[in-house]
Amino acid sequence: MSKKKKSNPLRVARIVLATLFFLAITLLMLGVSDVLPHYLGWTARLQFMPAVLALNVGAFIVVLLLTVLLGRVYCSVICPLGVLQDSISWLGRKQKKNRYSYSPAKNWLRYGVLLLFIIALVAGASALASLIEPYSAYGRMVSSVSHPKSWIPAVVSVVTLAVIAVLAWRNGRTWCNTICPVGSLLGLLSRFSVFKPVIDTSKCNGCRKCSRNCKAACINYETHTIDYSRCVDCMDCIDQCNQHAISYKLALVGKNKPAPVKSSPASAEKKSVLAESNATPAENQPVPAEAPANDAGVDASRRAFVVGAALAVGAGIVKAQEMKVDGGLAEIIDKEVPKRQTRITPPGSGSARNMYQHCTACQLCVSNCPNHVLRPSTDLAHFMQPESSFEKGYCRPECTICSEVCPVGAIKPISVEEKASTQVGHAVWIRENCVVLTDEVTCGNCERHCPTGAIQMVRLDGTKPERRRNENRRWGDSGNNNERLIPVIDEERCIGCGACENLCPARPFSAIYVEGHQVHKTI
Amino acid sequence: MDRREFLTKTAAGATTLLAASCGDKKTGASASSSSVPGEGTMTYRINPNTGDKVSILGYGCMRWPMKKDENGRDVVDQEQVNTLVDYALEHGVNYFDCAPVYLQGQCEYTTGTALKRHPRASYYIATKLSNFGDPSQEEAKRMYYNSLEQLQTDYIDYYLLHSLNDGTNNFNRRFVDNGMMDFLLEERKAGRVRNLGFSFHGPQEGFDELMALHDKYHWDFVQIQLNYSDWRLASGRNTRAEYLYEELHKRGIPAVIMEPLQGGRLSKVPDNIVARLKAREPEKSVASWAFRFAGTPEGVLTALSGMTYMEHLEDNIKSYSPLVPLTDEECDFLFETAILMQQYPTIPCNDCKYCMPCPYGIDIPSVFVYYNKRVNEVTIPTDRENKNYRKLRKSFLDAYDKAVPALRQADHCIGCRQCVEHCPQDIDIPRQLRRIDEYVEKLKQNTL
Repeated sequence: MSKKKKSNPLRVARIVLATLFFLAITLLMLGVSDVLPHYLGWTARLQFMPAVLALNVGAFIVVLLLTVLLGRVYCSVICPLGVLQDSISWLGRKQKKNRYSYSPAKNWLRYGVLLLFIIALVAGASALASLIEPYSAYGRMVSSVSHPKSWIPAVVSVVTLAVIAVLAWRNGRTWCNTICPVGSLLGLLSRFSVFKPVIDTSKCNGCRKCSRNCKAACINYETHTIDYSRCVDCMDCIDQCNQHAISYKLALVGKNKPAPVKSSPASAEKKSVLAESNATPAENQPVPAEAPANDAGVDASRRAFVVGAALAVGAGIVKAQEMKVDGGLAEIIDKEVPKRQTRITPPGSGSARNMYQHCTACQLCVSNCPNHVLRPSTDLAHFMQPESSFEKGYCRPECTICSEVCPVGAIKPISVEEKASTQVGHAVWIRENCVVLTDEVTCGNCERHCPTGAIQMVRLDGTKPERRRNENRRWGDSGNNNERLIPVIDEERCIGCGACENLCPARPFSAIYVEGHQVHKTI
Repeated sequence: MDRREFLTKTAAGATTLLAASCGDKKTGASASSSSVPGEGTMTYRINPNTGDKVSILGYGCMRWPMKKDENGRDVVDQEQVNTLVDYALEHGVNYFDCAPVYLQGQCEYTTGTALKRHPRASYYIATKLSNFGDPSQEEAKRMYYNSLEQLQTDYIDYYLLHSLNDGTNNFNRRFVDNGMMDFLLEERKAGRVRNLGFSFHGPQEGFDELMALHDKYHWDFVQIQLNYSDWRLASGRNTRAEYLYEELHKRGIPAVIMEPLQGGRLSKVPDNIVARLKAREPEKSVASWAFRFAGTPEGVLTALSGMTYMEHLEDNIKSYSPLVPLTDEECDFLFETAILMQQYPTIPCNDCKYCMPCPYGIDIPSVFVYYNKRVNEVTIPTDRENKNYRKLRKSFLDAYDKAVPALRQADHCIGCRQCVEHCPQDIDIPRQLRRIDEYVEKLKQNTL
């Protein structure tokens, strides 16, 4: 242990700011409170990929200007995955001092991955792209701890975290400088940044300490050069240098250039990567069109669950009746997800297509959905991107939180009024499940809770019942109106909020469920 | 009371206590002067038929403390029951009121188990014939013999035809047409049923019909709902207690009182009612007023209280050791209080759980109890314009989710109405659930 040195103010500032950003975005992703998005939402919108996908020009320019001016401080301060890696590599350095060393840039890899990433985005396979996108990767890690809704994001997160942790522990910022598409892209700009750490060769005694403590592995002690495309401006090297030979300052472009990368073999490889990646979009293309294909399968499985449901409900009732003693609670069978031909995306997303083109699967909406409607898709084509379902709650009329938190514009801001007239799907009645028929009781809970009045109750023979007094209708009063009625749906008025599906007493499969629409419309 | 307030008050209280004990020795460590129950002795009433000396406080065994067993199911906490029963007997309580249907069917066995540890002559057991379903004699007899078995006794001191609610209609179907009444009269003759009576909820005509049968059957006692609220203002189609009591008294039939506290509704009351009662008797509990009222009429044999917690038991023993009957002026004061309480639109649910289990999983009493609590606390947001609306709205909705799991809340009521006939308070349960649902919906949507 050598004498304790005072950290330079730049490094302290980096650490303080990074901590603040990290905490803010983690809190946001934890979804602990519905007021947080109002105050902290901007930390998510400032994230690079979300800004690109949302066509958020302001945030995009801020990040680019920041990079051109100061270098890749984005990676050290704003990116939560970057800060996470710094934390892990800090522990790694505690375990073993001076553990890094300079390594040449693996340009074929980083630009190859960047290219593939862009191709995937353009081709609409953003779910695939989001696997390596740093912001959403971190979002998934947080949400699989705070809101474990499905095992898939959890597994993906564990794998991502394991890879990143090992890399960070051993070599610092390897991920950021080889895989991360945002890092590679910002690296293109940071080469020419106005401010940068510079080595004063007249002071350098060649001790290599800076190089062996550079988590970006970008300080070449032989040539006294720093690869600014990989430097994340962590300012650690400034502290490390006992000779005070490194300082962060205004430096003109061209001075202190990185050692030229041996060019010819690398560019050849680059070309071959290009050729390979051209093949992928062709494979990806037919994926989005697959959805409406499998009608027959859906029907068969629906019939199966219909029977199961009827049996289960019947059994439940018998149980409750045979032991008529006072107190106790009837068992409630968990609802199961019905097979929907078209998935449901939340109001504000406009269409499934828009949703899936923009979404980076960061899980911010999933974690913040107070009604437990949104959950990550397990479907490969829409891997981990959110979809709606109504087993635990429904898309409540007063709630627009997902549209507020979405940083990428996959769910665009929507007002409560707009939402009330946005049709994301329509309800479908399943005769075989309806308790009015299976249990021979009066019900109408779907009708009573329909926010748009799209459901009416009719007689079993299809005739309209006499108009009941308004109050009695609402309160399902007895009298001679204790008639068994079944719901009929006006598909034009239904907005697909799922109130009917969620509040339907039939279990595990509701007797009324929402079928999604490919493109949302205003009614 | 929020936590800070509580802490402040506790601290203040502690300081006062400290000061008091450091200064002159006026009181001991205990805050109130008459806090040790049983200092006086329990008041007893004599049953004119059998000469039974019955404590004016009866133990209602419908609300024993529950716990979760290893399978997560609710079971009665036998250890606690034993403790409560021992304490009650020790302090003179000797009447225990059971029913086969209480506590999901666990009432008789647990009560019997606790009582068996004491001499059989030192207490009276009451239980009921709760043949609400199958009206056959076989079923009724099975239930009767099962009660003896569960209670682990050879005879029942007080046997009730459980909840006659519309006079002879219900009575004939359950007890006359199947010959059960003849059987029970024989059992009474044989001494296995020492007193035969019935419990009643319902309209006046029904009660009149049953009173008319007194000459034929000789009712040894009748159990009625009596308290200072129901004395003149009974809920739904139910008959006011004043009438029921007078009818019994003029025939010399001892009255056993149920719901003297309306399932706690007469102890959990709004602030201004607490202040009103406490102003007159600062050291007595709010509940003590209700118990003294129920015990005051001389024709009352015993007043039942479903005491879940030791504090309830201690407080009630205190109120009745001995009973200081209310003066006419004090009764009038309570009737006025009842009228004041009517301004609070609570639902007259006594949390008896007769409606449960709801086949669709709704926790009916918990919804009502929660709603009533907010009404009494005056923490029901009523208008968006109110200055603390936002705070109240959030606290109402958050606490609702905590009090009742989302799947068991009012919005899941489908209106099948299977619960309605079970409610002794004649509450239109689906209607009230829907009223609460609509209110909550407005609150959620901010359209109040």
